[in-house]
Amino acid sequence: MTASLLLHPALIFLAGALLLPLLRGKLQSAWLLLLPVAGFAALLKIAPGTEISARFLNLDLVLFRADRLSLLFGYIFTIISFITAIYVLHVKRSAEYLAGFLYAGAALGAVFAGDLFTFFVCWEMLTIGSILLIWLRRTKAAQGAGFRYLLVHSFGGLLLLAGILMYSREQHSLSFGEIGLSSLSTWLIFLGLGVNCAWPLLHTWLTDAYPEATIGGTVFLSAFTTKTAVYALARAFPGTELLIYIGATMTAFPIFFAVIENDLRRVLAYSLVNQVGFMVVGIGIGTHLAINGAVAHAFNDIIFKGLLFMSMGAVLHRTGKINATDLGGLYKSMPWTAGFCIVGAASISAFPFFSGFVSKSMVMEAAGLKHLSGIWLVLLFASAGVFHHAGIKIPFFAFFSHDAGLQVKEAPLNMLIAMGIAAALCIGIGSYPAPLFAILPFQDVVYQPYHYSHLLSQTQLLFFSALAFTLLLRSGIYPAEIRAINLDSDWLYRKGGRLFATTCAVIFNGLNNLAERLLVKGAVGALCRFARQGPANLASLALTPYWRLRYRKAEAEKENARLHRSFTTGAAGLGIMAAGITLYLLVFFL
Amino acid sequence: MSKENKHLFDEPKNVSRLLLIFFASLVLLLVPDLVHERHTIFAWEEWPEFYPVFGFVACVILVLLAKYVLRPLVKREEDYYDR
Repeated sequence: MTASLLLHPALIFLAGALLLPLLRGKLQSAWLLLLPVAGFAALLKIAPGTEISARFLNLDLVLFRADRLSLLFGYIFTIISFITAIYVLHVKRSAEYLAGFLYAGAALGAVFAGDLFTFFVCWEMLTIGSILLIWLRRTKAAQGAGFRYLLVHSFGGLLLLAGILMYSREQHSLSFGEIGLSSLSTWLIFLGLGVNCAWPLLHTWLTDAYPEATIGGTVFLSAFTTKTAVYALARAFPGTELLIYIGATMTAFPIFFAVIENDLRRVLAYSLVNQVGFMVVGIGIGTHLAINGAVAHAFNDIIFKGLLFMSMGAVLHRTGKINATDLGGLYKSMPWTAGFCIVGAASISAFPFFSGFVSKSMVMEAAGLKHLSGIWLVLLFASAGVFHHAGIKIPFFAFFSHDAGLQVKEAPLNMLIAMGIAAALCIGIGSYPAPLFAILPFQDVVYQPYHYSHLLSQTQLLFFSALAFTLLLRSGIYPAEIRAINLDSDWLYRKGGRLFATTCAVIFNGLNNLAERLLVKGAVGALCRFARQGPANLASLALTPYWRLRYRKAEAEKENARLHRSFTTGAAGLGIMAAGITLYLLVFFL
Repeated sequence: MSKENKHLFDEPKNVSRLLLIFFASLVLLLVPDLVHERHTIFAWEEWPEFYPVFGFVACVILVLLAKYVLRPLVKREEDYYDR
C-alpha cells in the first residue's frame, strides 16, 4: 500500500512542491518541469479501479480512488501543470512556484479522493493555494480581491463541511459517490460545490479575483478550482435537473458582461463562467453522452482557456497593460502570441478542426436528444455570443484594432513554447479527437462530431456572428471600450459589507458611548458619592429633629458639619461597618 | 509581413481585400441550405438559412442589450469601490 501511495500524483505534487523553495536556478527549473511529468507518468501506470484506503482518527478513508472519470481529470490536470510550469519558468519566484504546485496538487488530491473527508481537506487546500497566487501579485487590488475570495470560499467550504457532516451521519459512511438532491445535507453539499463552480450570483469571486492574480497564477487558477467542482458535480449529482437551468444561465448572462468589459483578462473570466455553464448543463442532463460531453469540454476548456489567459498574460507581461482601451496593434510586435491567441479563440468558439468543436456540440446534441428545445436555443445563443466576445473581441482589441503605438518585444521564449504546446493540443484534439474520446468515462455511446450538418451549421453560425461584429463595429454601434468598471452581484457584499460595518459601528459605538455615560460616569460616580456621604446624610437626617429641639439654627448647622466631617475622616464608618457585621452575625447564629 | 515599419493591415488595400474574402465566403455559406437537406433534431434547423440568421440576429441583440440596457445599469467610475 505505501509503495503505491507514493505514486499518488497529488503526493508527488505536494511533496515535490515543498522542495521547490530549497532549490535554485536551473535545478529549480528542472524540478518544476519534472513534477508534472512524474505525475503524468504515475497516472499512466494506474488502472481504473485502483483504490488505496487507510484508517485515520477512526475514519475509513479512501485516499486514492481511480476510475475513468477521475483519471481523465488527472491527465488534464498534470498536462496543464506541465504547460503552466513552462510558462512561468522566467518568473524565478519560489513562492509562486510553491503556491502553484500546492494548488495543483490539491486539485489532484480532490479528484482522486474516494471519501468525503479527504475530498474536503483537498478542497480547502485549493482555496489556500489560489489565495496565495492572487496575493503574490502584491497590488492593493489583488490584496482586496484575495480577501474577498477567502471570505466567499470559506462560506462555501462551511456549507460543504456542514453538508458532509450531516450526510455522513445519515449514511453511516464517508464514501464519495453519487449523492443526488434529497435531504438538507445534500442541498448543503450541492451549494458548497456550487460556490466553487461559479454559479450565477455566486460567480463574482472568479471575475473579481482571477484578473488580479499574478500572470502565471491566473493560468493556474483558470484550470483547477471550477473544473474540480465540475468533476465533483459529475461524481455526486449527475442527472440533477436543476443543474440544467443553472448551467444554461451560466452560459448566457456572462456574455453580456463580457461585451462591455474593458479588462481583457476579466473578459476571459466571464467567458470561463460561460464555458463551465456548458459543462454544468451536460451534468444536469445526465445521459452518458451528456456526461461525456461535459468532461470532454472540461478537458478542452482547460487547454484553450489556459492558452487564452497565457496570451493575455504575455501581453500584460510585455506591455504592463491589459485594458482594451490601452492596447491594439500588437500583431506587429508580438505576431506569435497573436497567432496562438487566435488558435485559442478559434477553439473556444468551436470552429471546425479546433478542440471546442468536438466537445461543446456533444452537450448540445445531448440536449437536443432530450428535446430540451429552450435550453438548446440558449446554448446556441451562448455559442454565438462566446465567439463574439472571446473569439473576436479578445484578439481584435489586443492585437489589431487601432494601433496603440506600443513598442514591445515578442513574449519570452518559454511563454511562446507553453502557448505553442497548448495551441498544438487545441488543433490536434480538434482535428483528431479519437484519443480524447477513448478516455471519456462512458464508452457505450458513440459521438461523431464531423458530419455535413454539424460542419455547415457551426460555420454558418460563426461566420454570420462575425458579420454582425464587423457591421456593428464599422457602423460605430459596437460599444466603445470605456475606462470603467461594471457592477456585478459582488456589489451586494462589497457595498453591503461596508454598510454592515457602518451599521455595526453606529449601533455598537452608540451602545458603548451610552454605557460610558450612564454606567462609568453616571452610576459609578453616584455610587462613590453615596458611599462617601450616604451614611452621614442618613445620620444627619435621623439627628435633625433632635438638633431642632435642642439647638438654635446656627448651632444645629455646626453640629451637622461636625457630623459630616467625622463620617468622612473619622472612625464612624468603621464603627457602622462593625455594627453591621455584628448585627449580621447575631442574626446568623441566633 | 513586411520587413520595414509597414505592416499587413497598415495598408487599407489589405483590409478591404480581407473583407472582400470574408463577404464572399458569407455568400458561399448561404448556398448549401438552398440545395441540400440535412439531418436535424429540431424542426427549425431545417428552415433555410436558420443558422446564419440566428448567428447574426443573436449577436446584434447581444450587443444592443449589453450597450443600451446593461451598461447604463452597471457602469461606474473605476474607483467606485475605493471611495
